[in-house]
Amino acid sequence: MVNLSFKIGNLSFKNPVITASGTCGYGIELEDFISLEKLGGIIVKGMTLKPREGNPYPRMVETPSGMLNSVGLQNNGIEYFEKHIYPRLTGLDTNVMINVNGSTIEEYVELAERISHLEKIPAIELNISCPNVKMGGMAFGTNPVTAREVIKSVRKVYSRILIVKLSPNVTSIEEFAKIAEDEGADAISLVNTLLGMAIDVKKMKPSLATITGGLSGPAIKPVAVRMVWQAAKTVKIPVIGIGGIMNEIDALEFIMAGATAIQVGTALFIDPSVPCKIITGIEQFLVERGFEDYSLLIGYINKNF
Amino acid sequence: MAKLIRDFKVLNNTKITQDYFILELVSPEKLQNLMPGQFVQVRIDGSRETFLRRPFSVHDLDYDKNSIKILVQIAGKGTEKMSKLLPGEILNIIYPLGRPFSEPNKGENILLVGGGSGVAPLLFLAKHIKQLEINPDILLGFKSQQRIIETEEFEKYGRVFITTDDGSAGREGLVTEHPLLLKGKYDRIYCCGPEAMMKAVVSLAKSRNIFCEVSLEHLMACGIGICLCCIVKTTRGNICTCTEGPVINANELLW
Repeated sequence: MVNLSFKIGNLSFKNPVITASGTCGYGIELEDFISLEKLGGIIVKGMTLKPREGNPYPRMVETPSGMLNSVGLQNNGIEYFEKHIYPRLTGLDTNVMINVNGSTIEEYVELAERISHLEKIPAIELNISCPNVKMGGMAFGTNPVTAREVIKSVRKVYSRILIVKLSPNVTSIEEFAKIAEDEGADAISLVNTLLGMAIDVKKMKPSLATITGGLSGPAIKPVAVRMVWQAAKTVKIPVIGIGGIMNEIDALEFIMAGATAIQVGTALFIDPSVPCKIITGIEQFLVERGFEDYSLLIGYINKNF
Repeated sequence: MAKLIRDFKVLNNTKITQDYFILELVSPEKLQNLMPGQFVQVRIDGSRETFLRRPFSVHDLDYDKNSIKILVQIAGKGTEKMSKLLPGEILNIIYPLGRPFSEPNKGENILLVGGGSGVAPLLFLAKHIKQLEINPDILLGFKSQQRIIETEEFEKYGRVFITTDDGSAGREGLVTEHPLLLKGKYDRIYCCGPEAMMKAVVSLAKSRNIFCEVSLEHLMACGIGICLCCIVKTTRGNICTCTEGPVINANELLW
């Protein structure tokens, strides 16, 4: 048996494979394909205080080895979650986490505080990196002053595990990783989508209604691996790697770059059973290479190259 | 019905026109129950250019053979690759997906309206309705005679009426100019085709107070309600075409 478990602060995860916010619904949508309890955790879709309709259609376009989306945080709000979804998730033996969004610092704080009353939600992922909303999101996460302010404010009211999801749309990821650590984040997750754009040349118009959107999928993986590597060298808190992970090899790449855990996102759209395949694949790799604990591989290249 | 991911085997790949072909795909096990209007998500090869799955409505099925048929129009790189699939090759599929057309009641008068590739889900529907001992009227619109597809198949299940934009076959003009839609006495209209056509049909059906459902074709990534990309604006807010549709009641659409 190899060990796949790890901790963020005092919170234990059975393995380093987590489903990424915005790509796994409320988790329930995946139940036909996988047993959610096999996962290290689930981060349910980006939530706001009030319901949000999101952006107009079309919201997605396939691009080489990836896709652009401009969903814009469509969700039913916290009240709907508390009433209809939370009761269905509380019995699950895995970490159900919520991705937290707001248009103002006050909204982030109010939502985080409200979630802190949900006993079975052990962690939040503070999303300061959504590229598809006019107010908040990436605007907070790409400015060091506002990034610090929002993390600090949420930290004051939220005592459980706080993960900060960083934007790749910055010049220095180290700077933002450090800000998160300084302000008391328990972990950082990166990267959110890269701001991108596509034009339908035949129709001579933008492919997305919002013109720009967030790029995800294997197309962004090398950028994400580089940023995880940089961030992991900068901070002592765990780094969760995200960006185009399709299989266990991709997952291990992030881990060797310095990620303590990884999130599977866009890959779920193609194969919703893929997180379990990744867990098994990591296990097999460890057995084949004679590692007893996957943590020996975290930041492996930094120790050796 | 639980959704499954399965490797289907290509039984036949039949070219029907320059642009269209029909794939018959066999399930590795007993075929799950599927209803007209439901769809499948096909994984082509996961390559750089065809990274995401492609949705196709079920065109026909055969529970004895455990097979489904999908009608495919060559529209891009993915469908181009699919057109070259050979018998015996494998296609990975997620199914059954989406909400089907509602069941008509015995004795009702039914009109099916289709245009172009929108005829795809209507053949399975026509067959199903025929099994309910109803002979539907089927109104199909195409650009020209060369673009006509599948009408012989439809004739097995009801009276078929054709329109072409250029008058090279059937009645000249659009389906929405056809007397069946303008004056025909129907209890239900089921429609699938280009959005402009469906909008016109919905508007006619509403003005004549006829129950109407349309099957929407929206860009989607997942097909299972997790990407929230294929939304349509309705009286219930933005809903996912893949899980709340693709069949939507005309009265719910904000068209």
